[in-house]
Amino acid sequence: MAAANRHPAFMPLILVGGLIFGFGLAYSHMARPEVVLDFLQFEDFGLVFVMFGGAAVTGLTYLVAPRLFDRAPLTGDSFERRLKSFDRNVLVGGAIFGAGWGLSGICPGAAYASLGVGNVTILWALAGMFVGAYLQGYWRSRDSARDAAVAGTRGDD
Amino acid sequence: MVVDPLPLQTFAELFPNGVSRYAVGGLLVGLGAGIIYLGTGISAGASTFLESTLSYVSDRSRFRRYVGSRDWRLVFTFGIVLGAAIYAATLGDAWTYTTDVQVWRLFGGGILVGIGTRIGKGCTSGHGVCGVGSASRTSLVGVATFLLVAIGVAQVVAAMGVSP
Repeated sequence: MAAANRHPAFMPLILVGGLIFGFGLAYSHMARPEVVLDFLQFEDFGLVFVMFGGAAVTGLTYLVAPRLFDRAPLTGDSFERRLKSFDRNVLVGGAIFGAGWGLSGICPGAAYASLGVGNVTILWALAGMFVGAYLQGYWRSRDSARDAAVAGTRGDD
Repeated sequence: MVVDPLPLQTFAELFPNGVSRYAVGGLLVGLGAGIIYLGTGISAGASTFLESTLSYVSDRSRFRRYVGSRDWRLVFTFGIVLGAAIYAATLGDAWTYTTDVQVWRLFGGGILVGIGTRIGKGCTSGHGVCGVGSASRTSLVGVATFLLVAIGVAQVVAAMGVSP
């Protein structure tokens, strides 16, 4: 959707959604890597309630939204569940992410929230995430350019 | 001495900080993602922000695909930071917390998180909250993968005497 013809309430809604999302992450103490590491070391299983509590609410929303509206009111887009295709990348990427999460105790959303609660040390993790995202983007852009060259006219996906 | 009944003891061992902070926090996270979905049909994830923001400074094709969504992803992330700041100012500890987890763990782990979430098509919010909420089999496998590996790595690092 082009930025120019967006509904005037689009950005405010994204902001409010982000506010509640971030407040919830801070409230649940997920913004503290120590709490996540305690979970991964089987010392406090509370994190299960965060993830499945969140998934229960979104699950309900995915169920209810198409019954309330034909299309999303602010974008006119149809309601679809978050379904991604399965391939080897899900396993490889998931394992790399898991290694990083287990090492640092922090994931992207929680890192943004951690910055909000004043934990400036988390900038190290955020800097790392940008470096990692750039590295994979660099490799994959190069790979797709090479594939496209091999295939002749086929462009990037 | 009064001894708690066994189920209560077990519960206290599994959840030394109770469950309400986690459950209420989780419900709020779901609510935030839910109202965005209800209004826009968008399943908001947190890790795409990394690549969409890189598109401001890099022309790589991998990042260009997020040019159309990079502005609202910036607003979403700003909202997360601000929402957490509001928590710190009200119910929280007024910005006195900083992590004791060592910097090399944060930075090195962060690099792996950046690579892995983007190759693996999602993070704890995209796969964990929105994907599991969608009963997506891909997300369930993704969550199982990163959860198991994270548990293994955290346990090994702790066993090597690194703390925190």
